[in-house]
Amino acid sequence: MSVFVHKHSRVIIQGFTGQHATFHAEESMQNGTTVVGGVTPGKGGQEHLGLPVFDTVHQAVAETGADVSGIFVPPPFAADAIMEALEAGVGVVVVIADGIPVQDMVRVKRYASDKNAVIIGPNTPGIITPDACKVGIMPSHIYSPGRIGVVSRSGTLNYEAVQQMSELGMGQTTSVGIGGDPVNGTDFVTVLRAFEEDPETEAVIMIGEIGGPQEVDAARWAKQNMSKPVVGFVAGVSAPPGRRMGHAGAIISGEADTANAKMDLMEELGVHVVRNPALIGETAQRVFS
Amino acid sequence: MNIHEYQTKDLLRGYGVSVPDGRVTHNTDNAVTIAEDLGGDRWVVKAQIHAGGRGKGGGVKVASSLDEVRQFTDDMIGMQLVTPQTGTEGRLVQRVLVEQACDIKKEYYLGMVIDRATQRITMIASASGGMNIEEVAKTDPDRVIREAVDPAIGLAGFQCRKIAARIGLRGQKISEAAKLMQALYKCFREQDALLAEINPLAELGDGRLMALDAKMSFDSNSMYRRPMITELRDFDEEDAKEVEATAHGLNYIALDGNVGCIVNGAGLAMATMDSISFHGGKPANFLDVGGGASPEKVGNAFRIVLQDPNVKIILVNIFAGINRCDWIAEGLVQAMRDQDISVPIVVRLAGTNVEKGAPILEASGFPFIMADNLDDASTRVMATLEAAA
Repeated sequence: MSVFVHKHSRVIIQGFTGQHATFHAEESMQNGTTVVGGVTPGKGGQEHLGLPVFDTVHQAVAETGADVSGIFVPPPFAADAIMEALEAGVGVVVVIADGIPVQDMVRVKRYASDKNAVIIGPNTPGIITPDACKVGIMPSHIYSPGRIGVVSRSGTLNYEAVQQMSELGMGQTTSVGIGGDPVNGTDFVTVLRAFEEDPETEAVIMIGEIGGPQEVDAARWAKQNMSKPVVGFVAGVSAPPGRRMGHAGAIISGEADTANAKMDLMEELGVHVVRNPALIGETAQRVFS
Repeated sequence: MNIHEYQTKDLLRGYGVSVPDGRVTHNTDNAVTIAEDLGGDRWVVKAQIHAGGRGKGGGVKVASSLDEVRQFTDDMIGMQLVTPQTGTEGRLVQRVLVEQACDIKKEYYLGMVIDRATQRITMIASASGGMNIEEVAKTDPDRVIREAVDPAIGLAGFQCRKIAARIGLRGQKISEAAKLMQALYKCFREQDALLAEINPLAELGDGRLMALDAKMSFDSNSMYRRPMITELRDFDEEDAKEVEATAHGLNYIALDGNVGCIVNGAGLAMATMDSISFHGGKPANFLDVGGGASPEKVGNAFRIVLQDPNVKIILVNIFAGINRCDWIAEGLVQAMRDQDISVPIVVRLAGTNVEKGAPILEASGFPFIMADNLDDASTRVMATLEAAA
């Protein structure tokens, strides 16, 4: 097993015919992902990458039985695209767009509250169950099947951790990028719960950033609910307060927001905290063996 | 994106929030004329910079005569105003806001944020106005009242009345406060704000409620649809290098160390800074080249990082996903050819097309110091700095 996406997942791509969507859809298919079609309004009836293009997600789901959607549409249109996927009954919606207005996401979350769906992102590299299903923009070749679940806010720092794992021979059940925005679809707790329930996942690496309460909330949840070990890192020890560090969510606005404050609390709550970002893999190996 | 107090007040006034009568100026004679026009016998002169705590640095003064208006304006314009939020160098004051002084009976706090815990727009209020709300939240959390807004419903009238009653307003003032809260919420929603603060919200001697100070910041991701707010941006309040970086699609923040950093992705950029700090070094900047970094973008990144005279070495750390290592490598070589770069450059490449990137650097003949991984990169940075010292 794995979490959220599996080898039987049937994936559609919204914004299918765009440049990035095309490149990454092809790359995913080469790495074992079952892409069944895509949506570009106005281009319904055409073919792209040998797959059908639909005008609406509703049609795409009806025709292909898709249960996962990768959203590659630009930020101004992303919120509408997410709601369209939710309305069509898609169970896992992965939102790559970086720069969606925060208030759009506030409304999307309200819309999603009575839908039984998982939104991954926005501002995420996506999600990958190695050799089975990738929805996103990450380089597939650094991932390999294994027993460790990875969840992170940052994309490239996720790659960094995975590379360190790979060099030590550790693979992943699933790697989830929850994204760097302050209002996002899925939080750490939701992903930790999924990893806890997944019989194949034996341990979890959680990679956070400055800003917001979610890493500590997740550690608190893990202490009460998880049987599997968690290794944690929080980026931004050297970040000054009050400055937004690239991600809309990465800003220190109170004392509890600093990387060290978060890591101290996580440690108290039983997370195996790594202070040096170059030692995420090594720490994981030590803890999990 | 932040705007000035006078701009916030103009904006809020348009939505029906009561603010003091006043006008902004950058010249002393005008300040006196404004005070005369406003009438009365007491005025407030307020320095306009994008930082809080202005009163503590002499940026807010009450004048009891036109002469004092003149004198305070004269003192403030052109000064480097230092507040707890500006850093030691302070911020140049170019304008002052001259307002009629109010007869204050009691001060409240009223704010609105997008709360990460509820993931909703949340109203925050307190009877302890005029103070630092984070301080109040810490020492006396019961005095900070929160009310999250359901986005499908909007801010409900009863929520406003509940907040008003809980901060101690009574009688007619409850509905007056509710009206003001609705106006603030409307502005917050329609202009894509991330934060709004009215502190203090004052109850005046004549019974009126008025926003004596107001601060708002807006979502830069939404500015494509908020032309009115976009026009309020004041580039003088921003770091010139950061503005230039943004224009090139780069995310740059100046810090006070000597190791220049060029990284892709915000999380990895922070982790790279952390790794340098872990090895005893000090990063000179945060720089995220973002996805799809073209050779031109890499060149611009070098130019911006090297504008900082403290930079003694540059660490390039790229883990390509949507990026490609060969483009980055070409950008590095191009930058070395085009620019007069005398500092050593440590390069770590990984991810998409890494096998094509390294040979490009090697073939160039430039003395790049290649690193195998993040730890190796920081180690080499420190060793190179030490060897040069």
